Amino acid sequence: MHELALCGAIADIVARRAGERPVTAVHVRIGELRQVVPDTLSFCWTMVTQDTDLDGARLEVDRVTALLRCRDCGAEHPMPDAISFACAGCGSLAVDVVRGEEFDITALELARV
Amino acid sequence: MGRFHRHRDGTVHEHEHDRGDHSGYDTGTERIEVLERIFDENDHCAAQNRADLAAAGAHAVNLMSSPGAGKTTLLAAALATLTAELRVGVIEGDIETSLDADRLAGLGAVVELVNTGTGFGGECHLDAPMVRSALTRLPLADLDLVLIENVGNLVCPAEFDVGEHARAMIYSVTEGEDKPLKYPVMFRSADVVFMNKVDLLPHLELDVDLFMRNLRAVNPSAPVIAVSAHTGEGVDDCVAWLRSV
Repeated sequence: MHELALCGAIADIVARRAGERPVTAVHVRIGELRQVVPDTLSFCWTMVTQDTDLDGARLEVDRVTALLRCRDCGAEHPMPDAISFACAGCGSLAVDVVRGEEFDITALELARV
Repeated sequence: MGRFHRHRDGTVHEHEHDRGDHSGYDTGTERIEVLERIFDENDHCAAQNRADLAAAGAHAVNLMSSPGAGKTTLLAAALATLTAELRVGVIEGDIETSLDADRLAGLGAVVELVNTGTGFGGECHLDAPMVRSALTRLPLADLDLVLIENVGNLVCPAEFDVGEHARAMIYSVTEGEDKPLKYPVMFRSADVVFMNKVDLLPHLELDVDLFMRNLRAVNPSAPVIAVSAHTGEGVDDCVAWLRSV
């Protein structure tokens, strides 16, 4: 349940970036390899923002699928359903995560004032 | 119902939008791109912790496991040997009690407790600011090694860099073979796996080879050290690893 702490961090960043302007939506990008449950995050977001300046701001979650690249054969492939960081091509265990570890705020929607 | 609208670069086109209009004209809202890492503040603080530790000549190891895997018991067994050679500080993360910290008192290490229950939503893990507050209370200049006992949890602690130099996982053989596949992020982040409670292996049906295959699928390189904090078997190997960090 670190989603609550994460929502606190998101709210801090949004408040700093938005200044005085009312926020209508916050867009976040979450990699598949981040252990964040989107429904829990949304629930916590409502809880954290209740009765604050961010009350009513939507949290829009964009999931990013994981992409692995083999250091030995250079093959790139998505994470298989049965989680394994081994290369699907040559079986090598020397594999880098190209994508899937993102956890970013990407955009804000601000009301015109 | 699509509609024509003008973009800031001057292009005009028609298409559907779920809500409002992204042209930035004639709407109640404006979208601004920001791209900020949500862990930024934590990671900055973690970097400061690491720098302070380095300046004091101390190394830090983050100990992580599920509840009941034997972190505190193994720590107590290791401290008996470690403190004979190194000056050790322990940061003990626990939700509400000082029970674990009390168990480690009198073993030659300086123990600082972090009760995470008071942290905002921080009841499941240690984060860098929590560790920072404990570090300021430790006599860092007089320490060689800081052992950070995280909250028992296989999910949340893996996400938070606290400024450690290495991560040690304690996996107990009663937890079954599939733990690495269920908690790949934590197992992948470990620099070493202490396989605890091996004295129980004769009484269990654990397939150690299968566990190793599952571990290697997510973490190809972390050494695995068999240990029983209960009988003392393997404790010296764990101590040797901790000393080498």
